[in-house]
Amino acid sequence: MDNIVDYLKEQRNQEWRDEIRKNIKVKDRTQKIRVLMNEEEPNIRNKNNNEVNTGLTEEQALLEAQRCIDCPTPTCITGCPVGINIPKFIKKIEIGDFLGAASVLKETNTLPAVCGRVCPQEKQCEAQCFYTLKLKKPPVAIGHLERFAADYEQNSGKMSIPEVATQNNIKVAAIGAGPASLAWAADMARFGYDVTVFEALHEIGGVLKYGIPEFRLPNSVVDIEIESMKKMGVKFITNFIVGKTASFDDLRERGFEAFFVGSGAGLPRFMNIPGENYIGIFSSNEYLTRVNLMNAANDEYDTPVISGKNVAVIGGGNTAMDSVRTAKRLGADKAMIIYRRSITEMPARIEEVKHAQEEGIEFLNLNNPLEYYADENGRVNRMKVQKMELGDPDESGRRSPVPIVGSEYYIDVDTVIVSVGVSPNPLIPSSLKDLDVTRWGTIVVNTETMQSSIPDIFAGGDIVRGGATVILAMGDGRKAASGMHKYIKSKKEI
Amino acid sequence: MNRIIKKEFFSDKVAKIVVEAPDIAKSRKAGHFVIIRVDEKGERIPLTIAGADIQKGTIDLVVQEVGVSSSKLLNLNEGDYILDVVGPLGKATHIDKVGTVLAAGGGVGIAPLLPIVEAFKAAGNRVLTVLAARNKDLIILEDEMRMHSDELIVMTDDGSYGRKGLVTQGMEEFINKEKIDVAVAIGPAIMMKFAALTTKKYNIHTLASLNTIMVDGTGMCGACRVTVGGETKFVCVDGPEFDADKIDFDEMLYRLGAYKSQEAEAYQKHLDSIN
Repeated sequence: MDNIVDYLKEQRNQEWRDEIRKNIKVKDRTQKIRVLMNEEEPNIRNKNNNEVNTGLTEEQALLEAQRCIDCPTPTCITGCPVGINIPKFIKKIEIGDFLGAASVLKETNTLPAVCGRVCPQEKQCEAQCFYTLKLKKPPVAIGHLERFAADYEQNSGKMSIPEVATQNNIKVAAIGAGPASLAWAADMARFGYDVTVFEALHEIGGVLKYGIPEFRLPNSVVDIEIESMKKMGVKFITNFIVGKTASFDDLRERGFEAFFVGSGAGLPRFMNIPGENYIGIFSSNEYLTRVNLMNAANDEYDTPVISGKNVAVIGGGNTAMDSVRTAKRLGADKAMIIYRRSITEMPARIEEVKHAQEEGIEFLNLNNPLEYYADENGRVNRMKVQKMELGDPDESGRRSPVPIVGSEYYIDVDTVIVSVGVSPNPLIPSSLKDLDVTRWGTIVVNTETMQSSIPDIFAGGDIVRGGATVILAMGDGRKAASGMHKYIKSKKEI
Repeated sequence: MNRIIKKEFFSDKVAKIVVEAPDIAKSRKAGHFVIIRVDEKGERIPLTIAGADIQKGTIDLVVQEVGVSSSKLLNLNEGDYILDVVGPLGKATHIDKVGTVLAAGGGVGIAPLLPIVEAFKAAGNRVLTVLAARNKDLIILEDEMRMHSDELIVMTDDGSYGRKGLVTQGMEEFINKEKIDVAVAIGPAIMMKFAALTTKKYNIHTLASLNTIMVDGTGMCGACRVTVGGETKFVCVDGPEFDADKIDFDEMLYRLGAYKSQEAEAYQKHLDSIN
């Protein structure tokens, strides 16, 4: 850790940083009010697919950047899973060097335009900001500034391509093209490897494409980042399922020397209550995939989707918010969240809950589904729900929901989206007999190197964590890249 | 992008297409399927692999025109490309030397049955096959099936070919004649339901291979879920074959109809646009 601290100090001591710090007194910086993200009007945006957050203007970004006091020991960085040099990129914004800010982001973060949008900054960097910790004031809007710099670069047409080392002709592969693999691939390309990413679906991006809706993360934003990875030399092969289309042994024969498994948490959970297989009841994965990946809501595309007038979404996570807001946009009169705990325990980001509320989503908190009913064609038309109250905290630390006996009642529904979590995708673990997996099906790894029980196989993201965030997956990808780099170097020296 | 090497019509609406897919040709086994997407706007649909040629690097798909996607696929010609083909998916059929196998195929279900019959025969089993369809035109791959079967009966609903009657009548004829160790039934859900009821009467362990609605085909979406023995299973990763006796075919039947009206409307629009 010492050398990183020294490195940050040395960077902070550069002349331009000194100068910019002196421009405005710390006291004046801390008097400024945190910027508010610009947003589309709730009653307009809930009828279209446009991005809800429209970004900061240059003026807003400059003012917000001035709030950062450029701490001697910046705690914000400790909250960032990929270790972005946060003060440096913010000071670049303050001096008006927006492209410079973007290239600072890219030193450690492959997908800044994505992270600026979907990272839970309020739980990470911003939770560790000096303002939050010491001043008890709203933190510097690090996330908004990250997005500003990344968007500026994307729109400038002057995307900087990170420098890559001389090609070492050692072939390495990732399985799955989601955030974990993309972060891994960018680092491996930088180290000079011949990098291939295999993807089962027909699109690159994983959950960024099939899961997160356009109104929160436009596909075009993801595509620009992927294009710049291609320019770094990363190869992408779609429609290829490692373990099925070809085995790991086949790929070893084709010269691949190490693998990174970032295959994600691809198995939706259901509640196993009566009637859950009636028509009109989907997993959030299916509903979002139809709409986001397959364009089902667009008449010109062949994939259909059922999206009715009374839509109940079961769950309280970000995916539940994405689903219910999508249903509203597809024309639901009533789009409801049914969640068994209270709003305080909700795992979704505060921003997503706020946006959903503004858009007219109804929240039936402390309610739990018990059974579904259908018409003669097997189409869901009603559900039985039970009211809950909060009991003692459970192992998650949240107060546990306790059913209120006799409180059952019925709600008319024509579409239900079950969003109660995912399990790890079994395809990879089941194709590797010697791979150590937990009883939940996640891959066991050394948490420092991300190496699995099979030495040439590394893993990260949801296939290891069982269901987490984009940025934690990316952090894993980076760790795995450095672990794999060391592994290959040591193997070659022998 | 996968090139169509050959297209051969069995009847008006049913054709075999031979598609370049060298990796899949090499790794596929009896019972596996692929997911295809014809073009940019197409949906992802599952199709069972009816055969493969490792040397040529091709797989055989048998397609019946029932809606927009199958129509688009059959409108492609030799030399054209299918945008996406991914697989092989699902679990392969468990092939063993069991003794006598009764294989029942209905309509285009005969195509996925072929590699299974082939594999059981190659494993040293006695194979008795029943092919059934509404009429003569819809009986496919008879010669290939005959090649790998010890005995074969053809049944048609209208009596236009083989014997007049249902698949279950052909099955019972074999069952009454000799001891059956395992049965396999592939075809429309309703046919498999009655095939399963028939073999159940005689306590014959029966497998059915299901073709449900799917999106990704890798376990991600759950569109393909069926109830088997009271538990929800995913056809794409847990199947496509299950113990026929335990499958809730009625649930499967209504789930297959989930998009019926949308599909019919889209198909009509599609037909109007190409005619």
